[in-house]
Amino acid sequence: MMKKQLNAAIVLLGAGLLLAACSDGGMTTTSSSAPADDTTTGANGTSDNPDAWSGYKTAIATTQAMNDDEFENPGMPYVDQAAGIWDEPAGASGLSCASCHGAVDDAAGGALRIPMKGVGATFPRLDADSGKPINVELQINKCRVGQQYASPFKYESDEMLGMTGLVRKQSNGMPVISTAGDPEDELHTAWQAGKEFYYQRRGKLDMACKHCHEDNAANIIRAETLSQGQSNGFPTYRFKWQKPGSLHRRFRGCNKNIRSTPYGYGSDEYLNLETYLAWRGRGLQVAAPAVRK
Amino acid sequence: MAKKPRVKVPKTAAKGDMINIKTLVSHKMETGNRKGKDGKKVPRMILNNFKVTFNGAAVFGADMHPAVSANPYIAFFMKAEKSGTFNFTWTDDSGKTMSTSADMAVS
Repeated sequence: MMKKQLNAAIVLLGAGLLLAACSDGGMTTTSSSAPADDTTTGANGTSDNPDAWSGYKTAIATTQAMNDDEFENPGMPYVDQAAGIWDEPAGASGLSCASCHGAVDDAAGGALRIPMKGVGATFPRLDADSGKPINVELQINKCRVGQQYASPFKYESDEMLGMTGLVRKQSNGMPVISTAGDPEDELHTAWQAGKEFYYQRRGKLDMACKHCHEDNAANIIRAETLSQGQSNGFPTYRFKWQKPGSLHRRFRGCNKNIRSTPYGYGSDEYLNLETYLAWRGRGLQVAAPAVRK
Repeated sequence: MAKKPRVKVPKTAAKGDMINIKTLVSHKMETGNRKGKDGKKVPRMILNNFKVTFNGAAVFGADMHPAVSANPYIAFFMKAEKSGTFNFTWTDDSGKTMSTSADMAVS
């Protein structure tokens, strides 16, 4: 049944525009099961969630090398730029990020005693003010507007991508933590909505996230290997984009590929989906900024 | 706050060592072949030249053309003979330059 739909989709996509963008992987694997176990890369899920694997595993060796080498990683100039912004006072408050949080890699966490290490692995969290999930991007802007009295970063701007990368990078190697699947969890409502989104058919091609990323993960679709669509490496530098991009940009790309109208950056729909995806990828190691095809 | 060029030069090296120097610079490298939303070609804006000097003498250079990707990464090898300072300069089509420097001590 599913095969048929995918085939139909492939016919529709004669130009191959969609599928190229649907995959994070390279061309190294032709197997129809998840790629072989490799515990050294940290690209596998943990015992809690053993079937999860990061798109890192299906990237070709040269891409992986670029991902791993902090110098060669083309997402790093953005992170470096953000490291400069971290120390720069902004807005009417005259405060910089460092004024409250200390140095970004400060284990004590500066005056607020909130070290950045580990923070990136726990988002999205519940924003007590709005009662909705909040991700790293929106939290950064909340700080900028609420604490620094500065203008918020544009969602997909270099500054925002770099700052998100900088914060997330502090948690590199730590497992993604999400308990949103627990009915008692404060994010469970968002998780539920995200799950519905994930399994909801949409767009002209009438496909849901799960048709590629659950039923056919690691399968070849035209020349591309489908990933599980995990969020552990975002913001991710994609060669296609020639710059880093946020998770929501990726969502929008996927939505466009199946001919459905994308939602806005930072929209409730995507925040719910992000919450659900973090849960699907719990236990995977944070690896930002990742490099993908 | 602009994005700074990144260079990786060994801080110290033994005389006669073959050292690897890596550079990465952030640039959109607009090829001039792409059409914008208005259907008109987006004007070319690439880094067209890269120069490395060591204590003032040229040691490496490259002319770049539109096929070079955005954020070009360039690495090269050289033999460490004496201590000194590397200067790296990238020039783009508008004549703007980006530069950075790094020191190396040879023992």
